[in-house]
Amino acid sequence: MKILGNTLYVTSQDAYLALDGENVVIQREESETRRIPLHNLDGIVTFGYTGASPALMGACAERGVVLTFLTMHGRFLARVSGTEQGNVLLRKTQYRFSDDEAQSAGIARGFITGKLFNSRWIVERAARDYPLRLDKEKLSGVSASLADAIRSLPCAETLEDIRGIEGKAATQYFSVLDDMILQQKNDFFFRSRNRRPPMDNVNAMIFFVYTLLAHDTASALETVGLDPYVGFLHRDRPGRLSLALDLMEEFRSVLADRFVLTLINTKQVNGGGFIQKENGAVLMDDDTRKTILTAWQKKKQEQITHPMLGEKMEWGLVPYSQALLLARYLRGDMDVYPPFLWK
Amino acid sequence: MLVLITYDVNTETPAGQKRLRKVAKVCVNYGQRVQNSVFECIMDAALCCTVKHQLEKIINPEKDSLRFYYLGDHYKTKVEHMGAKPSFDVTEPLIL
Repeated sequence: MKILGNTLYVTSQDAYLALDGENVVIQREESETRRIPLHNLDGIVTFGYTGASPALMGACAERGVVLTFLTMHGRFLARVSGTEQGNVLLRKTQYRFSDDEAQSAGIARGFITGKLFNSRWIVERAARDYPLRLDKEKLSGVSASLADAIRSLPCAETLEDIRGIEGKAATQYFSVLDDMILQQKNDFFFRSRNRRPPMDNVNAMIFFVYTLLAHDTASALETVGLDPYVGFLHRDRPGRLSLALDLMEEFRSVLADRFVLTLINTKQVNGGGFIQKENGAVLMDDDTRKTILTAWQKKKQEQITHPMLGEKMEWGLVPYSQALLLARYLRGDMDVYPPFLWK
Repeated sequence: MLVLITYDVNTETPAGQKRLRKVAKVCVNYGQRVQNSVFECIMDAALCCTVKHQLEKIINPEKDSLRFYYLGDHYKTKVEHMGAKPSFDVTEPLIL
């Protein structure tokens, strides 16, 4: 099994990343603030227009360290990744599967099963842990309809059907997300999903965490030799990491949404850390962003036992293990793709 | 695992000074300099072999010495720091 390397996040915009020997050196105002050996890193994520030397980009590409550039607010700009890993036969199989509607639907069903199962688990767990504070009937109603959706998935033949089931279930799930926010209700509330730009604090956080998750999922796919741009449920669109978005479906609720809820409910973030612009868009300040990144790194290092593999691993390796299972399915080593069903 | 690399290179001759610089350069590549000739490297056994080999080629075994301390995966309870030059842990969140 792969070892979970660290991710370096650079949030200061006056920083410059350079290469020195086997180290990435972070310079600020011409002086070195930190040097980190490249072999300890899996990825580097920069926010704002942080510069990086071409030599560093080359070294990252060579060593499989994914270097990603995001805007200050976490929107994706560019990534540097080296030659494709893994073998061409696997990738060609992936393309053939992606072109075949029936095959795509089969895999997409796996992703969505995972998504609904994990969403349902979160609702169930909230109902179990806070029976007095929450509207139990509403929660069990949602849980039941999610269970229905899971049951109806095997009958869904086309991608269109799967999307329909997923859309309805997602509406149900998001309708109780606000209920699961137990603290700081005045600052954090959830009415509906919105993005580009996010219009409230919760959406701003969710959007940001999804971006981090997409970065991790895409590099996991690249590590096992799959093309993160060619998806099954999400169709091809220039510049869209379709397969990463596909695979991410399983982790959205269990890794991202629940992570955001924890941050709010344990008061690690507060309303003061958000700024509303004139057009309604909500931005996070630097401290909040740092808090989220620190908590995210800690979360990724938490140990779990993979429900299917039965192997102990860090949360951060779960996207990698799922990418590995997907590759095995595409190679024909497995009859179905087993989604990540967290319990 | 955490490997602590320390060295003593005889610098009486220009050749010795050259060796010292070379040894330091290799160590800087793979670890964090915690004191002048003490490096903490977090690496796996395979990488450790590579580094060891690189260092072995540089030193003069008659005059210089190298020491490797293998502190394993649970090194956090084994290291304590006092005084100036606090170090950082490359496995902790890195946000700059």
